[in-house]
Amino acid sequence: MNFATTALAVTLAGLTWSAQAQQITGAGATFPAPIYAKWGEAAKAATGLELNYQAIGSGGGQTQIVNRTVDFGASDAPMAVDRMEKANLHQFPSVMGAVVVIVNIPGVTTNQLKLDGTMVADIYHGKITKWNDPRIQEMNKGITLPNRAIAPVYRADGSGTTYVFASYLSAVDPTWKAKVGAATSVKWPTGQGARGNDGVAATVQNTPGGFGYVEFAYAKQNNLATAAIRNKAGSFVVPSMETFSAAASNADWANAKHFAVDLIDQAGEKSWPIVSATFILLPKDPKDPARSANVMKFIDWAYNSGDALATGLDYVPLPAAVKTAVRGSWTAEIKGPDGKPVR
Amino acid sequence: MQQATVLSGKRNANWGDRIFAGLATTSGVFVLVLLGAIIIGLAVGGAPAFRAFGAFFLVDAEWDPVQELFGALVPVYGTIVTSILALVIAVPLAFGIAFYLTELAPGWLRRPVGTAVELLAAVPSIIYGMWGFFVIVPIMAKVVQPWAIDTLGEVPLIGFLFAGPPFGTGILTAALILAVMIIPFIAATMRDVFETVPPVYKESAYGLGCTTWEVMRSIVIPYTRASVVGGIMLGLGRALGETMAVTFVIGNTNRISTSLFGPGNTIASIVALEFPESEADSLKMSSLLALGFILFVISFIVLAISRMLLRPRTKA
Repeated sequence: MNFATTALAVTLAGLTWSAQAQQITGAGATFPAPIYAKWGEAAKAATGLELNYQAIGSGGGQTQIVNRTVDFGASDAPMAVDRMEKANLHQFPSVMGAVVVIVNIPGVTTNQLKLDGTMVADIYHGKITKWNDPRIQEMNKGITLPNRAIAPVYRADGSGTTYVFASYLSAVDPTWKAKVGAATSVKWPTGQGARGNDGVAATVQNTPGGFGYVEFAYAKQNNLATAAIRNKAGSFVVPSMETFSAAASNADWANAKHFAVDLIDQAGEKSWPIVSATFILLPKDPKDPARSANVMKFIDWAYNSGDALATGLDYVPLPAAVKTAVRGSWTAEIKGPDGKPVR
Repeated sequence: MQQATVLSGKRNANWGDRIFAGLATTSGVFVLVLLGAIIIGLAVGGAPAFRAFGAFFLVDAEWDPVQELFGALVPVYGTIVTSILALVIAVPLAFGIAFYLTELAPGWLRRPVGTAVELLAAVPSIIYGMWGFFVIVPIMAKVVQPWAIDTLGEVPLIGFLFAGPPFGTGILTAALILAVMIIPFIAATMRDVFETVPPVYKESAYGLGCTTWEVMRSIVIPYTRASVVGGIMLGLGRALGETMAVTFVIGNTNRISTSLFGPGNTIASIVALEFPESEADSLKMSSLLALGFILFVISFIVLAISRMLLRPRTKA
């Protein structure tokens, strides 16, 4: 009897203790999954919030938050406005990332090759097929390019990376915009597909003459040769945290609806042209306001203390002004059943 | 006292029987319901795509997510071509294995080789995919394809089969990996059916002075023909639905290529690749479900034929 009471007490104590580490659940984009995991780990000690994030893809994340099966959804591409309004969701960015162009040309080292946007598009159009094409050679007078076929590689799986990259090609090349367009997967005129960032990286590495696009982190961690790209201002920029941040600070965040700011091909001498934000989706009318409040508490913590972790994983932190604007939007947009702001 | 125990034991046994029978029936019916639910689920999910594109869906080579134009031709073509090519490679090898194991191998070697073949069947497909991507693809890209393009590619009439840049991936590489994956299934079935031939037939033939090959050709094969074809169909069924290993090595391109080295796509791999980033209720999602339905129907037909042919033979 005595033993049973003790056991019960211990169990109850255990239950209340574990309830104190509050769970927040999220699902969606795979691209920010590593930083969300890192933030989740660090935030658990600091805030007592335990993040359970499932990287099921942006499409899945949107569906889950529309159905309200998770506390927040995550999406690389901004959600379609009519769908978001119909589902009564609030959207804001969490962190940014950059896409870089990788090449495998024997004898050419990283950032040695210079390209502009139309040339990148024309390679994927199949209009430029050899590395010693006069247009490429013209732009790269200092280096001897081999008479070798270009082997374009793209993401075969639907992905936010493809959306960002195809948006860039649409922005710089009218033919691309008219014939192909931008989406999480597109109808590539030429080349071959590989699965995931690592698949593209490995295929380009294995194929002499290979050409592809990956998230910056994959290029950096695998020591892949990247290409310098001519930006809107006309200067050649190499991928680095500095050029990524420059693009973010030049963007027009204030006038972007739902924070769906276009970071592609920004003006500015130092701006890297292929940068994008990844988004979080929260219900504007949460059934359980405490859980939504916890999500905001978590993001607030990440905004305040997560920048170093983000840059450590080659993500680009948001500019301070944007963070302030997002915090303000929470109070204005997300209301509990009583009509009062949740946070 | 004793009697009471026995009685109550009997009553319990009665109840136990009924509960067990109920549970077993439920399990049996559950399988049927599940199968039906999957077919209906795929058909209903794919209905918007069939409505939007009609029968044209089956013969349209377009796959353009931006314009929302979808057709099944490229993945269906890729699925069938890779599977057939895989059979062309696998069947002679599997026949050799089965023939060796039943007729030629010394007794002490039969078990280890037989077990090795069965173990091959247990290797997870992702392992074959990784092995294909990291071992076979570089060999194809650096040795096999450049050689074939320079020699066979120059031959008139068949040259187009060996054209294109040597990526290493493509239809032929996918077929090779598939062949390795289905060999154990076909070989194991063939060995088992070869062993069902009554020894007296074979012994009679040997007694008449037949060679091993003549016994195989005139006694074993005719006796087991239907079951052998059934085993091949079983392998085909597996090849049609294989996803991971193929995705790694096929090149994942929605274009029909006449070259064996050209990239392609299969139904299973396009569904695996595109599904996570498809929005619910979109035409793309529906097209993927419709593709799943088509694959289901193809595999169902193939497996039904295999079941029919593998039925234990009844003496007329």
